[in-house]
Amino acid sequence: MPLSETIPQMDSSTPSAKATPLQAPAILNFVTAAESVDEERDPSPIRQYLSTCGNGAFADKTFASVMLICALSIFAIVLFIFTILVARSRPSLAQFGFGFFTRSAWDPVSGDFGALPFIFGTLATSLLALAMAVPLALGVAIFLSELCPAKLRAPISFLTELLAAIPSVVYGLWAVFVLVPIMRDQLGPFLYKILGWTGFFEGSNFGVGLLTASIILAIMILPIISSITRDIMQAVPTSQREAVLALGATRWEMIRTGVLRNARIGIVGAIILGLGRALGETMAVTMVIGNHPDISKSLFAPGYTLASVIANEFSEATGDMYLSALIEIGLALFIVTIIVNAIARALVWAVTRGAPARVH
Amino acid sequence: MVAATAGAQNITAAGATFPYPIYNKWFTEYNHEHPNVKINYQSIGSGGGIRQVSDGTVDFGASDGPMNDEQLSSAKVKVMHVPTVLGAVVPVYNLPGVSKPLNFSGDVIADIYLGKITKWNDARIVRDNPGVNLPGSSILPVYRSDGSGTTYIFTDYLSKISSEWAGRVGKNTSVKWPTGIGQKGNEGVAGMVRQSPNSFGYVELIYALSNHMEYGAVKNAAGKFLQGSPAGVTAAAAAAAKTMPADYRVSITNAPGATSYPISSFTWLLIPTHFNDASKGVAVKGFLAWMLEHGESEATSMGYAPLPVQVQTMVKRTITTIK
Repeated sequence: MPLSETIPQMDSSTPSAKATPLQAPAILNFVTAAESVDEERDPSPIRQYLSTCGNGAFADKTFASVMLICALSIFAIVLFIFTILVARSRPSLAQFGFGFFTRSAWDPVSGDFGALPFIFGTLATSLLALAMAVPLALGVAIFLSELCPAKLRAPISFLTELLAAIPSVVYGLWAVFVLVPIMRDQLGPFLYKILGWTGFFEGSNFGVGLLTASIILAIMILPIISSITRDIMQAVPTSQREAVLALGATRWEMIRTGVLRNARIGIVGAIILGLGRALGETMAVTMVIGNHPDISKSLFAPGYTLASVIANEFSEATGDMYLSALIEIGLALFIVTIIVNAIARALVWAVTRGAPARVH
Repeated sequence: MVAATAGAQNITAAGATFPYPIYNKWFTEYNHEHPNVKINYQSIGSGGGIRQVSDGTVDFGASDGPMNDEQLSSAKVKVMHVPTVLGAVVPVYNLPGVSKPLNFSGDVIADIYLGKITKWNDARIVRDNPGVNLPGSSILPVYRSDGSGTTYIFTDYLSKISSEWAGRVGKNTSVKWPTGIGQKGNEGVAGMVRQSPNSFGYVELIYALSNHMEYGAVKNAAGKFLQGSPAGVTAAAAAAAKTMPADYRVSITNAPGATSYPISSFTWLLIPTHFNDASKGVAVKGFLAWMLEHGESEATSMGYAPLPVQVQTMVKRTITTIK
């Protein structure tokens, strides 16, 4: 609009410009005329192809609705699982009510059940594993995407992905035969000597327990977090790095402000994925956690997780109450997962609220 | 018989994992000899076996622990117990420097798992093992974390020996262990014990035998220390045969007799008393008769104890009542 207003003004002020507006429309007219003639006579091969493919509007709508059904199936599946869990755990829900989640009894003989030690074990091992794995995974990812010589990058990336592909039972076996003796004879006594005063490393250390389970979980979630974080960091455009470096930043400052800051939502996502695996991990944890439903401050003490108790006791559970208590444990795991994910989402929101990630 | 041979019979069964190796062998052999009868057994655990046969989703089940009265009365299908073979549970331990098999009284084992005996040189362990130099280290009790018939037999024995155990813990496929750490499966317990000095655990006799593990002797009801063996287990069953109830739901732990191994138990097939499909009933009866005739003799070579002769005679009579 403003352009069309300025043109007449220019016309009147400068005589030399008078010729231009006259010429320009002529050229424009010529071009559009030529194009329209071309299209009528000989449509482009793409247009030709598309017109043979049936009704575009119909295809678009069908595609959209199929995709909508796919998306809704997620809701349906979650709802279905939740409904089944609630329906099947009804006897235990009726017997213990909400108290099921806050009681620490687990006695199949007398039929007295509570989920608290299992919820504690699940959260304690997962969070501890996260505390160990996240710094390490970030280090691996930063090295791979920013500092690694090209020759080393492929082998390290390959090994990281290999770690992610190892079945959890293999991790469990390795933990039983390698990690447990190390915990018992070297690492455990060492931790007791330097950190015993905290109360977290007390009591008998037999090599199995919360700490060993957390370490094996940390090793298992390390490749997930590091490989996703690396991919996300590599997706940060080089222009960002160059811009920060051009302002005189050191390499670390460049990584911190140019890369990590831009990638932080993705990194939190990677951590949530790792946490999800840690919460649900069953086999490897069962093999080294000690499977004793206790709530203990000491990390040497044996513990028990929600997933482990289901795996251990479901097949031999007789009696309706026992069975429904185990299914309610499944419900507890479901709820814990939802709550932890919700907290993580809230965290992402809190982090990104102040300064939204920059669009490049 | 004519009806049974007319078409191939596919029979489904599910249950206990402990007798799975020998059941598998029996079902395969029986199928070779009787190509028209194919028994498909899934070792999903005793709990699953009881549930599935009660609901009528399998033709018969199998369990390491007998069904209780409540389970029997609430089952949609009327079920009878048929004992097949016997198993036993043996104590295993890892005590560096001790080579002689150790002796354990039942009350000592109970108190180890109750957390009342915590040191290897406890006066009561020393009393049972004269001449053995026991260290003063802490005992690490290891138990089965997964629900299992092994735990059922073991806790059934401890409940008979120790009134405190019966009151505080009781017997089941999983119990509330007062102390110790849990490991999954025989292999889990054995692996943990093997590599943890000063540990104490329990595994199935067949597992200990097939893996050439050292295991301890247990004091039987006659006061003798006996190492687990198929012969000792059959002796325990024979001792119990005199008082065998008609439905075979009997515990033979701590059985009388100088040669009876005390932590022994039957394992049972759970057979419906009445088959809707008569030809299936005939096929199952045929298998059970074959099992008593030929199958039992194979038990010892696989580490299981065969039924004592008296019980075999009883079972032979019982299976004729299946319709």
